Amino acid sequence: MLAIIDYDTGNVRNVQKALNYLDIENCLTADPAVIARADGLILPGVGAFTKAMQALAERNLVQVLQKQAQIGQPMLGICLGMQLLFDRSQEFGDSKGLGLLPGAVVAIPAKPGLKVPHMGWDQNCGRPSNRFGRVFDGEATYFVHSYYVQTAAKNIVATCDYGVSIPSIVQQSNVVGMQFHPEKSGAVGLAGLTAFKEMVNDVAFSRN
Amino acid sequence: MITKRIIPCLDVDDGRVKKGVNFVNLTDVGDPTAIAAAYEQQGADELVLLDITATVNHRHAMVSTIESVASQVFMPLTVGGGIHTVADMQELLKAGADKVSLNSAAVRQPELITAGAEKFGRQCMVVAIDVRMNPATQRPEVVIDGGRTAVGLDAVEWAQQAVALGAGELLVTSMDKDGTKSGFDLALYQELTAAVNVPIIASGGAGSIEDFTTLFTQTTVDAGLAASVFHFGELTIPEVKAQLKESGVLVR
Repeated sequence: MLAIIDYDTGNVRNVQKALNYLDIENCLTADPAVIARADGLILPGVGAFTKAMQALAERNLVQVLQKQAQIGQPMLGICLGMQLLFDRSQEFGDSKGLGLLPGAVVAIPAKPGLKVPHMGWDQNCGRPSNRFGRVFDGEATYFVHSYYVQTAAKNIVATCDYGVSIPSIVQQSNVVGMQFHPEKSGAVGLAGLTAFKEMVNDVAFSRN
Repeated sequence: MITKRIIPCLDVDDGRVKKGVNFVNLTDVGDPTAIAAAYEQQGADELVLLDITATVNHRHAMVSTIESVASQVFMPLTVGGGIHTVADMQELLKAGADKVSLNSAAVRQPELITAGAEKFGRQCMVVAIDVRMNPATQRPEVVIDGGRTAVGLDAVEWAQQAVALGAGELLVTSMDKDGTKSGFDLALYQELTAAVNVPIIASGGAGSIEDFTTLFTQTTVDAGLAASVFHFGELTIPEVKAQLKESGVLVR
């Protein structure tokens, strides 16, 4: 069972629709007990960083997610959900994130001819040694974002080039992030969600 | 780099696709979900679904249509027609739409663009603009109510205003070109792309593969939209994309 974290952000249902389509057992929840029992977590997200962190805090989910990540529960952050995994964001000043991955979220620099938000189908360049890197290498996926993460190269699994190199997939052991929307990226996006389910199966996370 | 998008548009009336669709290998040619899935197979980058007779009853039909499409088709969905309140937007987004499109309602209640952008983000807010050349002034003018009411607004000025109010994308249809299959209105899109810095979807006039090539090589629009040429299989998305690739246009 995968738990999709429900914290009043847009489009959580689209992640659920994709999992249902793939016959991956899932539930939409903000209940810490359900989250702790799940085999893996998905943290979706659309909107603004600070508001999303507030929404997680209001549901007492910040420490829950930190603890679950620490004890090895597989976790996938999508779009803003990926950005929330990091230490902090510059969106609206300086906000603290979940701190599960080292790095910061900064604005995509405005350059001539490059519109912000970075919106549309963009090509990924993935690291073939990584299961997600393999799935998405050379494939275009659907992005909608104005901020991007800066993190050490060893955490970056795939990138896309938009004037700056934007990490499109990040991973550090059990914590994975996708900057694009796999649930809106057609067949390859669904393959990415399947790869996460496979990782969940492989990890055999022990819940005590 | 971001790829250029090819977007089929479905006119939906009470839960069925209208204007006729004549796909090969589709048994139910009016079912939006079957048609959307066929377009996904073909490699469409996004779908626009327009509720063409948006009354209260139709809106409920549209919500269940979006629910159904979004559970089978995994690409961005833009939904327009009959959206008058933030609650209407929320209902459609919750059903699975990724963006909502405002047309006449944006002109009548410009504050609706801002309210939607504040609640859902600019990336959710598409403003659709139907444009007709005014022969007297030789300027492109905004027309609302499905082409019935000229409101005396300059299309480029309205585009700039809509973006300032919170539009994250513009879907601009040239009524002079619509249905003519004589190519997109290049001059209009050249002027618009110079005037605003949000993605622009060009619509109206697509008749041949070359029309798409010309659109993307001579303007900097982000997407080309068409309906009947795709619905009747006169053009297929794979052949349009193959030709674009050959011309050096980046597509998925």
